[in-house]
Amino acid sequence: MTSRPLAEVQASPADASAGLPLAIELAGVTKVYGRGPEAVVALDALDLAIADGSFVSIVGASGCGKSTLLSLIAGLDQPTAGRVKVWGGHPALIFQEAALFPWLTAAENIELPLKLRGVPRAQRRERVADLLERVHLTGFAGMRPHELSGGMRQRVAIARALAQDVQTLLMDEPFGALDAITRDLLHEEVEALWTETRMTILFVTHNVREAVRLSQRVVLLSSRPGHVVGDFPIRIEGERRIEAPEVSELAIVIGRQLGAEVRRHGVV
Amino acid sequence: MPNDALGPDFRGLDALELQASSPKPLGRRLARAVWPKLLAIGIVLAVWEAVVLAKIWPDYLLPGPAVVLSELAAGFADGTLPLAIAVTMRRAIIGYLLAAIIGILVGLAVSRSRLLRDAVGSLITGLQTMPSIAWFPLAILLFQLSETAILFVVVLGAAPAIANGVISGIDTVPPLLLRAGRVLGARGIAAYRYVIVPAALPTFVAGLKQGWAFAWRSLMAGELLVIVAGQPSIGVRLQLARDLLDAPQLIATMIVILVIGIFVDAVVFSTLERSIRARRGLIDS
Repeated sequence: MTSRPLAEVQASPADASAGLPLAIELAGVTKVYGRGPEAVVALDALDLAIADGSFVSIVGASGCGKSTLLSLIAGLDQPTAGRVKVWGGHPALIFQEAALFPWLTAAENIELPLKLRGVPRAQRRERVADLLERVHLTGFAGMRPHELSGGMRQRVAIARALAQDVQTLLMDEPFGALDAITRDLLHEEVEALWTETRMTILFVTHNVREAVRLSQRVVLLSSRPGHVVGDFPIRIEGERRIEAPEVSELAIVIGRQLGAEVRRHGVV
Repeated sequence: MPNDALGPDFRGLDALELQASSPKPLGRRLARAVWPKLLAIGIVLAVWEAVVLAKIWPDYLLPGPAVVLSELAAGFADGTLPLAIAVTMRRAIIGYLLAAIIGILVGLAVSRSRLLRDAVGSLITGLQTMPSIAWFPLAILLFQLSETAILFVVVLGAAPAIANGVISGIDTVPPLLLRAGRVLGARGIAAYRYVIVPAALPTFVAGLKQGWAFAWRSLMAGELLVIVAGQPSIGVRLQLARDLLDAPQLIATMIVILVIGIFVDAVVFSTLERSIRARRGLIDS
């Protein structure tokens, strides 16, 4: 069950972040749901180190425990075994659906983390206005989530995460439900955000091209149980578009290995 | 600080995605909401008049709308009807508020405790199916023919529905919102204040509305059975009209009961419910 036929291509996670200060470190992390014969091993002895200020994508097919991984890092869940270490406090987390509070306006959603931290009202107002501008939503402050489009909701979610003022941002397939035009634009937005703030961003997706287009490093997870089977540094100079040949080339290499991983589960 | 280069792209896309919807003028909306109701009232009055004209019952047992409405006007003119309404509404408000407080506390306790839920969860639903009139013999034994007996039954009638509203409201808070709240730092009391209570609000208000219906029915049953001296309530008026064979008075009082029930349900609770749901995009505003 824990045989790793692709182990020979597995780069040591420590290599990719050797010598750099870390933002996240997982050591031997195992997560088992349920007990006895029905127990499901979501993650199996997973080691992963994420350098501070890096943009890392995690790619894997269904059942690779991507969302479990983020829950553990976000502190929403505890590992069955192993150690999860996060520097700089609880990270922010953005979900596939924006998970905005439907009873609050866009501005009030962004304001909530500030309120929860006890930021005074005047400062909150200023901060919310800045963040709305940051995600190009000035003028939509008073609208409620159901009045906004999917892409706008996700931008409110990004602004709300930024209002947490944390160094690490986790994104769980944030653009999976959006149309291609909106997604391309949000890629540029996230890229700009990272360039400006140098936050640590851990981006989970099943879209290999998206991962290559955005990140400095792509980590490939196997499915059932999830563990690291590939670790690819992405070095593309200049402008990265999702259609760029460099992006495609790398995406094909990673995609091939992902395909092999998926097929492995078809063998009985 | 923002990436201005992307601004025009986002603004264009946003404008395309949000189709402008201009609300219909208030006057037209109001007219559209009102005329079907007026029509329904007209049909009821016509059928009533037709039955009276058919002479199935003699006039003194089933008077026509005109007689009853003038009786109603007389009741308001001599001040006895407003007094009765005042007595009854005072009981309704006190009983309902007590029921709301008890229902909320019980609901919160049950939603928090697994043991309590297993112990009394189904009992609360069971209490709702118990006809409240069945409580009166016990209430009269315990509290004699007093207002306390009436309030006791009103509370027993309304509190379970309100408690159930709290319980199912909290049970159905979307897990995603709870997770989002926790990530943002809403834990403990803050989770209740900023996430759980607002998320549970629509279901809670539905429970409050149902609780009102139970309270109003229990109160009317109580006022017919438990007549407290010197308290000329609506129930007393109804009972007295039957004893004196005063059919116009009897039907006029029934209309008052119906109108108050509908008013509180439709105007107070339904408006509240609609505005809460519309704000969250659960219904079209």
